[in-house]
Amino acid sequence: MEKLSKKAKLYLSFVFVVLYAPILFLVFYSFNSGDSMTNFKSFTFSHYSDVFNDSRLMVILINTIVVALLSALISTIIGTLGSIGIVAIRNRKLRNMVLSLNNILIVSPDVIIGASFLILFTMVGIKLGFASVLLSHAAFSIPIVVLMVLPKLQEMSSSLIDAALDLGASRRDVLTRVILPFIKPGIFAGFFMALTYSLDDFAVTFFVTGNGFSTLSVEIYSMARAGVSLTVNAISGLVLFVTLILVLGYYFIINHQTRTGAHK
Amino acid sequence: MRRKGNLFSLIPYYIWILLFVIAPILLVVYYSLLDLNGHFTLNNYTNFFTSVYLKMTLSSFWYAFLITLFSLFVSYPAAYLITKLKHKQLWLILIIIPSWINLLLKTYAFIGIFGNKGPINAFVQAIGLPNQQILFTDFAFVFVAVYIFIPFMILPIFNALDKLNPALIDAARDLGASKFTTLRRIIIPLTMNGIKSGVQAVFIPSLSLFMITRLIAGNRVITLGTAIEEQFLVTQNWGMGSTIAVFLIIFMFIIMLFTGEKRKGASRHGKTQ
Repeated sequence: MEKLSKKAKLYLSFVFVVLYAPILFLVFYSFNSGDSMTNFKSFTFSHYSDVFNDSRLMVILINTIVVALLSALISTIIGTLGSIGIVAIRNRKLRNMVLSLNNILIVSPDVIIGASFLILFTMVGIKLGFASVLLSHAAFSIPIVVLMVLPKLQEMSSSLIDAALDLGASRRDVLTRVILPFIKPGIFAGFFMALTYSLDDFAVTFFVTGNGFSTLSVEIYSMARAGVSLTVNAISGLVLFVTLILVLGYYFIINHQTRTGAHK
Repeated sequence: MRRKGNLFSLIPYYIWILLFVIAPILLVVYYSLLDLNGHFTLNNYTNFFTSVYLKMTLSSFWYAFLITLFSLFVSYPAAYLITKLKHKQLWLILIIIPSWINLLLKTYAFIGIFGNKGPINAFVQAIGLPNQQILFTDFAFVFVAVYIFIPFMILPIFNALDKLNPALIDAARDLGASKFTTLRRIIIPLTMNGIKSGVQAVFIPSLSLFMITRLIAGNRVITLGTAIEEQFLVTQNWGMGSTIAVFLIIFMFIIMLFTGEKRKGASRHGKTQ
């Protein structure tokens, strides 16, 4: 392996600094006792306590988490069952068509998803609010779950299932004792991705949320449009913290699973 | 292949495809044919071909082109250098982590950074230049968009570069190719699929950005996404909004056609390893 030149190292460091500087900048000023992102007066936690004392913000935070967990759960169940079904489709043309349909929501711009779901919910008569946001989040997460679970299923040798069936396992046993344990890492990864997609989403939620319901992203947007408020900085500090924990947890789970998988 | 019983598990999945993949597209097409009063009309389409919307489409493409180009210029060398690092997977994770932080917050950060009293202006004044208006300019918009898309560009390029057999590069060098020729004739052609996926991952979302245009470009830049959002949520003209959406979907398919991976080529390169 050749050593990187000074110039190369400088360039890479520059890229990393640019990537992280804005995030650190936000968090840094969340501790500012002043009221803007310009002069750092003195260190304070007051913006954080503002966040926790603002009951409206707390409700929004809980909404966001509930929507993320529920939508991730729904999409993981439907996506996992769907993937198990997809690998069982014999007709190659049909399978490819289903896979293409699966990927449409992944490549579609958020604005299109949001606008078309808005039309859909209005036509069907679903009130805009919690239900519409939850349904949309589950809907755009399902294809991601499928993409995470499908490779695991394709990796699995069909002789495992034949063996189980020969040894007298019922179809139910095959599913719960052979297939699901084997694809567990994919399911976890899918659930986790669905969770982060839901937490991150702004555009789709912005379209399908009504007046009474808001998630963190939508709330930050309206706060940011009103101008700089260090409460948003405090929120970003919290979000950064949670994101880091989730990312580390995710890599820990994935690594742990691949390692124990290798031992077997 | 004999798992017939599993087909039942497809029922909720098929319902999802029907309700949330096929129905929304059909509904958008249907609405694009309606005027404000719900009567059938082709006016929305003729409207789209007036200079107002054509200009907007063109400028949206121009900005998306700039954003994609700059992202590529920053990302390719970065991805290349990361493949040369010792703990490359760890560094890759560090590149990806910022992409997991809420988009809104990253955009909000630049309101502070580019602000009149922000650190950039403080620096500008420190070297003796007058205060610059950075926020609400085209530059700010393109910069923030590139910033947000860099991880999405680096990831596929890194994967392509990482799969590249180093023996091919050594062979090229041994056979007398200069560093530049190796890059141009070996490395870039063999990582073209990564570049294409990166371009696809950046160009399509760039066409449809709408939140950044409002917060950073202050309504100076109108992308297709901004136009759709405005038609749907501000002027409440769902017909026109759907028409723009139909064109955005068409553009999306054309872009995917151009940037789609060529499976045969990919497997051939794979075998050389």
